[in-house]
Amino acid sequence: MPESANPGHSGEGETRRDFLFLAAGAMGVVGTAVAVWPLIDSMNPAADVRALSATEVDLDPVEVGQRITITWRGKPIYIDHRPQKEIDAARNVNLDELRDPQADADRVQKPEWLIVIGICTHLGCLPKGQKVGDPRGEWGGWFCPCHGSHYDTSGRIRKGPAPRNLDVPPYEYLDETRVRIG
Amino acid sequence: MSEFKSNNAVIKWIEYRMPIFSFLDHAIGRGYPTPRNLNYWWNFGSLAGVALVIMIATGIVLAMQYTAHVDLAFDSVERIMRDVNYGWLLRYIHTNGGSFFFIVVYVHIFRGLYYGSYKEPRELLWILGVAILLLMMATAFMGYVLPWGQMSFWAATVITNLFSAVPVFGNEIVTWLWGGFSVDNPTLNRFFALHYLLPFIIVGVVVLHIWALHRFGSNNPVGIDAKGPQDKIPFHPYYTIKDAFGFGVFFVAFAAVVFYAPNMFGEPDNYIPADRLSTPAHIVPEWYFLPYYAILRAVPDKLLGVIAMFGSVCVLFVLPWIDRSPVRSARFRPIYKQFFWIFLADCIVLGYIGANPPEGMFLIVGRIATAYYFLHFVIMFFLSYVERPRPLPSSISEPVLKGGGATAGAAAKPMEKA
Amino acid sequence: MKRLLTAAVAVLALGSGTAEAAEGAALPDHSWSFEGIFGTFERHEVQRGFQVYREVCSACHGLRLVAFRDLEALGYDEDALKALAAEYTFRDGPDDQGEMYERPGTPADYFPSPFPNAKAAAASNNGAAPPDLSLIAKARKGGPSYVRALLTGYEDPPADVKLPEGASYNRYFPGHQIAMPPPLSADAVDYADGTPATVEQMATDVAAFLMWTAEPNLEERKAMGIKVLIFLLVFTGVLYAAKRKIWADLH
Repeated sequence: MPESANPGHSGEGETRRDFLFLAAGAMGVVGTAVAVWPLIDSMNPAADVRALSATEVDLDPVEVGQRITITWRGKPIYIDHRPQKEIDAARNVNLDELRDPQADADRVQKPEWLIVIGICTHLGCLPKGQKVGDPRGEWGGWFCPCHGSHYDTSGRIRKGPAPRNLDVPPYEYLDETRVRIG
Repeated sequence: MSEFKSNNAVIKWIEYRMPIFSFLDHAIGRGYPTPRNLNYWWNFGSLAGVALVIMIATGIVLAMQYTAHVDLAFDSVERIMRDVNYGWLLRYIHTNGGSFFFIVVYVHIFRGLYYGSYKEPRELLWILGVAILLLMMATAFMGYVLPWGQMSFWAATVITNLFSAVPVFGNEIVTWLWGGFSVDNPTLNRFFALHYLLPFIIVGVVVLHIWALHRFGSNNPVGIDAKGPQDKIPFHPYYTIKDAFGFGVFFVAFAAVVFYAPNMFGEPDNYIPADRLSTPAHIVPEWYFLPYYAILRAVPDKLLGVIAMFGSVCVLFVLPWIDRSPVRSARFRPIYKQFFWIFLADCIVLGYIGANPPEGMFLIVGRIATAYYFLHFVIMFFLSYVERPRPLPSSISEPVLKGGGATAGAAAKPMEKA
Repeated sequence: MKRLLTAAVAVLALGSGTAEAAEGAALPDHSWSFEGIFGTFERHEVQRGFQVYREVCSACHGLRLVAFRDLEALGYDEDALKALAAEYTFRDGPDDQGEMYERPGTPADYFPSPFPNAKAAAASNNGAAPPDLSLIAKARKGGPSYVRALLTGYEDPPADVKLPEGASYNRYFPGHQIAMPPPLSADAVDYADGTPATVEQMATDVAAFLMWTAEPNLEERKAMGIKVLIFLLVFTGVLYAAKRKIWADLH
């Protein structure tokens, strides 16, 4: 690049010139990043998808001992209105025996309601146990027919290839009978 | 000019195996000598490139959210406008980007007309440019159909119906284009597929266009070839920074429209879902098609109207052989210069006519303007032989050194073929 | 150069110009709060307009692109939205028995149309289906000013005009003969905030509401525009200075 014609001023002129180019370059980088962000963010969930990201469930009609399945974000949610027997079985467990140690108290907000995502943590099949007559596995919870994973009454993995307990979705009770999942 | 050198080990490793850095250096870097006297009308080529990138980038993310089915298309676009994060911004950038792409390309073309950039040895460069224009027109036409508004549907119906004018096979061709017996779902689907494809074909032709450009380098405002290195400067940093400034001005204008007048170029009717049982009072294409629309409707015969419409663009392909003047730049062609301005005015008149119904005074003026459009090229042909150009300067640098003005080169051979 | 610029401006100005054969009268002037570079929606005006839509227009006109959750932007909180949505019932299903059933609306639902399809809408309305209003403010030349003018533009036809059965005379409707009878009359709506419900007031409010339904992102667009333009103007200035600096040694 041709030198400035005035060598005497070159020091100050060069600093000013460098600052100018630095400013231009920096603004260009910032501007490009700001311009690119909408393109990327447009691929994130849109408002209508986000609106369906939470599902409210009325638990009132679910009898003790009854299990229902609802859909949340496209996934099945198993809701178990646990009788006392199931709650006790879930609590009387030595955590050391568990592949994925978790106390039942850490998996439920109210002990009589178990809410888990009904997707086997092995390879994604839907474990059986929701319908009357379904096999429930050796611990009375759920049994995945694809590769033989057994889940207990807290949805924890006991036997079979699944690595983790059935996942618990985020949820909160809106009142005594209604829960919002997500 | 300069040879590419680097001390960076990574760059050297890549360069040895795939010489991309010296390639870029010779394409847009310090290694690409460019005439020193280019004015701002030479910014519009790079601006067209920027517009193309913007269209492809926004188009791809929009295509992720759009549904090409007659029952869902309109609503999918409204979903983009309302629910998709920044969807309204991407959509407005895409529609207005199309308009700005045409503005920039039309200026680029008229620059070429004024300065004789289509003349030897740049004929193929020019022809590739006209090919790009045709591809742009096809892409824009199909893109406008996608939202499936009233104008989308009826413009598609009118324009595809034109092909029935083709003798013998006309109706079969139209049925083939439609994929049915009217513009319907098969038509929409294939327009979507082609609208996604064509821009990448445009990219390919742009590559050829730039390749042809770099064979002889840019033309320049005086239309004289460079005599030596004193007439040229390296593309980088001089024209990279000048182009960057041009981008800034372009983005300011573009942002003003996108954020404050996003529906200025559009038609309100296209916010009404397509209704095949209700024709809009005035079917109007997007503004960049208005001159061709005027030509189409000026000719009373359907087939001749179609031929005239396509002919108005295709005549540009042979312009290098129509205008045979050895002088490139209109600066030194005082008579051609007048006809250039008249031609530009004629195109604008045609655009205005295209926006109005083809009746009464509009039709009369439209016919005169159409006739003149083609007459212009006849005039060009004869002008090449008849016109006495002004004396050319002896070199590019010379007008600058001698304080500007073409007459300074009186000692130079007049009518020197550049 | 100047000629080229004038030509360019002329080309741009051509964008939306079409001569209408049977144009309605010129629209009365009205300045909207959402016009201009700093435009925003006036919350109370749009809320009043929503009330007019619900109590008057929704009898015949749908609003199918607006979801109940969208109304949060107008200042309604989550409980109000849930209550509003629950006032409407929607068909859903099939359930586990394979039957369709009715359920109350949720905020994720969209405003229903009063008619099941376009043909039913036309049949109930003199052969002309009342258009959905979600985009009407962008789908008509003149935008919200046209909507406002139309609603106040009903008058007696001039002596030489004979109206067909069921049609009304409107000053601003292209062709002047409109199938919709005057929808607004004084005090048709009892405004929650006590504003007197004149026809002009209701027309203005509902037109503002319909501008919101057509462009819910208007405020975000204009706010972003200011920031983008200021950045670009500064950036372009810096680039120009850099260009001059680099080219200085050549001139």
